[in-house]
Amino acid sequence: MGSDINVTALSVFIFFFVLVTIMGFVAARWRKPETLAHIDEWGLGGRSFGTWITWFLVGGDFYTAYTVIAVPALVYTVGAYGFFALPYTIIVYPFVFMVMPVLWKRAKEFGYVTAADVVHGQYGSRGLELAVAATGVIATMPYIALQLVGMTAVLKALGLHGELPLAIAFIVLALYTYSAGLRAPALIAFVKDIMIYIVVIAAVALIPSKLGGYANVFNAADAAFQAKGSGSLLLASNQYVAYATLALGSALAAFMYPHTLTGIFASNSGNTIRKNAVLLPAYTLLLGLLALLGYMGHAAHLQLDSANDVVPALFKTLFSSWFAGFSFAAIAIGALVPAAVMSIGAANLFTRNFWKAYVDPAVSPAGEAKVAKITSLIVKIGALLVILFLPTQFALDLQLLGGIWILQTLPALVFGLYTGWFRAPGLLAGWFVGFFGGTYLVWDAGWKPLHAVTIGGASFTVYTGLLALAANIVVAAVLSAALAKSTRPQTQQ
Amino acid sequence: MNQKSTGKAALWLLLIPYIGLLWVPFYNFREPELFGFPFFYWYQLLWVPITAALIWVAYRSTRDGE
Repeated sequence: MGSDINVTALSVFIFFFVLVTIMGFVAARWRKPETLAHIDEWGLGGRSFGTWITWFLVGGDFYTAYTVIAVPALVYTVGAYGFFALPYTIIVYPFVFMVMPVLWKRAKEFGYVTAADVVHGQYGSRGLELAVAATGVIATMPYIALQLVGMTAVLKALGLHGELPLAIAFIVLALYTYSAGLRAPALIAFVKDIMIYIVVIAAVALIPSKLGGYANVFNAADAAFQAKGSGSLLLASNQYVAYATLALGSALAAFMYPHTLTGIFASNSGNTIRKNAVLLPAYTLLLGLLALLGYMGHAAHLQLDSANDVVPALFKTLFSSWFAGFSFAAIAIGALVPAAVMSIGAANLFTRNFWKAYVDPAVSPAGEAKVAKITSLIVKIGALLVILFLPTQFALDLQLLGGIWILQTLPALVFGLYTGWFRAPGLLAGWFVGFFGGTYLVWDAGWKPLHAVTIGGASFTVYTGLLALAANIVVAAVLSAALAKSTRPQTQQ
Repeated sequence: MNQKSTGKAALWLLLIPYIGLLWVPFYNFREPELFGFPFFYWYQLLWVPITAALIWVAYRSTRDGE
């Protein structure tokens, strides 16, 4: 610590950080329910969020701080290929529009809090419920850890090195999430999202003029890629299938995560979700523009230790110090909202599908809220320890696997909304094949989520998650068909 | 009845973004550029408002359903 601290930037940063901390604690009184000691209130904000709150909450929760740091970093490093995040976050919305209102209705009708609740209600299988719940929790843990990576990048740019600032920020977050539940990130999301919009609009409007316009930005990136001999402004022909399958697979996986589903379940109607499918693409526009910061990094000729520094370094170089401080605060707060919702989602899963299922089936809703609150603390501290004591690469690899894992819960969660034909043992076997088969393929490729497939002499590189999902569905369908033949279906519940 | 079938028809619109974005040979070009953006970039960015508009049409035709 020391000489590289800019007092103006740091003061602005601290001002906003303190502001959202106060908001986090006040949130317990915002839209005050009869009691917060009920899991529907603590964990789902009373299922009362209308269009605007849902828009800010899901937007703030799906487009995370890690995205703000990592997408431009990937684009900075590899070029066009890193842009798959754009088609991914577009095609996710027709899917959300079609599926999520149906899922919301099911959850509302029966009082379900988690995806695994929905699955248990549909199939009555504790095994399938546990598979879905465990997948949700382990896919979320590294995702929380990566929010800390995003926060570390901006703290470093502010000149705050070492672990202490990160630990303080996270402990403060853990405390107000504990007391206010989902209301805390929902309230903070307003501030976070408005700040991020201001930052990105300023960045895409101001930075290119300082760097000689967009044409120059693209040309500079092109020249940099050619000079280093890797990356490019367009996709190579062998990247087409990888690009498309990564976009599709990620889009199908996105709303299987506990944190995104928590935002869905917390909304007040199916129509709120449909309206949000129309309105949420505004964030995608933001993400697409943000990704271009990777190219601006080349145009500004930044010297970086790590590609993850491209956004903070760009802001620090090209913005005045107070606005740089504002931008860093936006990103750091951008880490808090998803981290809070993720820990709440994971805590809901643990409480409903492990504690209630195996430890204390007679637990009251107030008891559930208590267990969930404590679990959310443990989950956050766990993520903090992972980042402090394990290599960052470990969290990155796990997060990559997490996307593949969570995608394997889609058949169990979604198919049952439309048909009663699939059987629990079939879906469980499908999940098993997808989960472990996918993990093996990723490991076998040296922790790369892509796998070469040869069809009729032509070789394609395909997103492993989508291959695993295909295997999952085939196994589930074949076994369900076999089971349907051998036994007459029981009466539908 | 008539109302319902138009509603169903509108849902087919939701498939269009998948076709437009997942078939990469449609857009993996540098030219024509727009405001300095190569085609690859502005084409995909343009799909954001197009998709929002398509979902809005689908929304208008289904909301009476529930």
